Amino acid sequence: MQASQSTEEDPLLPAPYRVVERVRELDDVTTLHLEPRTGKRTCVNPGQFNMLYAFGIGEVAISISAAGETERGLFHTIRDVGKVSHALSHMKEGAEVGLRGPFGSGWPIDGADGRDIVIVAGGVGLAPLRPAIEAVLAKREQYGRVTILLGFRSPKDILFPQPIHDWREQHDVELHVTVDHADADWRGHVGVVPTLIQRTNFDAKNCLAFVCGPEIMMRFSAQALLGEGVSPARIHLSMERNMKCAVGHCGRCQFGPHFVCKDGPVFPLERITSILSVREV
Amino acid sequence: MIAAVKTMDQILGQHRFFADFPSDFAKLIGGCARNIHFKPGEYMAREEDPADTFFILSKGKVALEVAVPGKSPVVIATLGAQDVVGVSWLVAPYCWLFDARAIEDLRAISIDAKCLREKCEADHDLGYEMMKRFLPLLTQRLHATRMQVLDVYGKS
Repeated sequence: MQASQSTEEDPLLPAPYRVVERVRELDDVTTLHLEPRTGKRTCVNPGQFNMLYAFGIGEVAISISAAGETERGLFHTIRDVGKVSHALSHMKEGAEVGLRGPFGSGWPIDGADGRDIVIVAGGVGLAPLRPAIEAVLAKREQYGRVTILLGFRSPKDILFPQPIHDWREQHDVELHVTVDHADADWRGHVGVVPTLIQRTNFDAKNCLAFVCGPEIMMRFSAQALLGEGVSPARIHLSMERNMKCAVGHCGRCQFGPHFVCKDGPVFPLERITSILSVREV
Repeated sequence: MIAAVKTMDQILGQHRFFADFPSDFAKLIGGCARNIHFKPGEYMAREEDPADTFFILSKGKVALEVAVPGKSPVVIATLGAQDVVGVSWLVAPYCWLFDARAIEDLRAISIDAKCLREKCEADHDLGYEMMKRFLPLLTQRLHATRMQVLDVYGKS
């Protein structure tokens, strides 16, 4: 874990941050740009998360959704699904939130030099992968083929359309967007994102795959990657559980023998294969 | 130097769908095959029409659509290079269940399925080889459709 200045003394004590910008991405998805009230800015690794505290309402784990946090503050993309995420989604510019973090493991980009990179994201699962995509594209020459496969519910649910366009236009990447439902005006792919995996070209023996999205989508994407010959050690999934303390004390996010907050949220498939399909976990 | 012209069974043999297909059978199917081209917007097949053809896509993209009265058609899936369009030729009453519309300039191999059905009836080993290829395809598509129905990106 790479602790920020605000959490070095007590990782359970939130530091005050200010909402400097609020961007409505979709009907139910909002990005908050946060800056610390005091102290130096936090350095994070792609794939890590923070605990955001809506004062008087509660705290929730939100992944960090843009690279370059030390320069620009922190960006969190939030889906409005519960009381806390609803409050955070509706924060006005200038409002104050509490923030603890960053916590957890990130995407293992450092060990990826020379390899093909396959990124598979579904829905708002693109948010925690966006910093990884931007980090890879910033040093594009260090990697082999870069494949980005993105799945959404429908064309109107496509998250980060402008960055997606820029990644495709400005970099040497194979990028496909697919949607589950569309009318005849949509010119792109229709079908679930795992079906794209076998249609793309990458070196299965020398690639790293990063997958994030709903757990069912990740399970079937992992199966498709295994089917193409990718080793379970090289398939990384970002798991989501009900994280409360974020430091492995409370046990709320227990996932088999692991705590998602401390040991994850990013796990290599080989560490979680045996528990991924266990119904009660 | 003039490049050797490939026969249809050789072209089919390069397709993922027919990988490791016995050469005798490839020749039989090659006899039912021809190259075909569709412009964007052209229909390869219409719902309820006789399913006497199926297609192996070489280049371009196809939308499988269902017509909805008074509304824009709903796209069920898109298929691209190396995909097969059309499985209804295998199952009586041999009618297309969807519209198939080219959404990009499309090149494909068209197989005369009526001719192939007769060959499969006459040679059950050929029929079995075809079933071994089409059954996994049907299973994959059923699986993908189930995932679509699950609506995994919806609010849980």
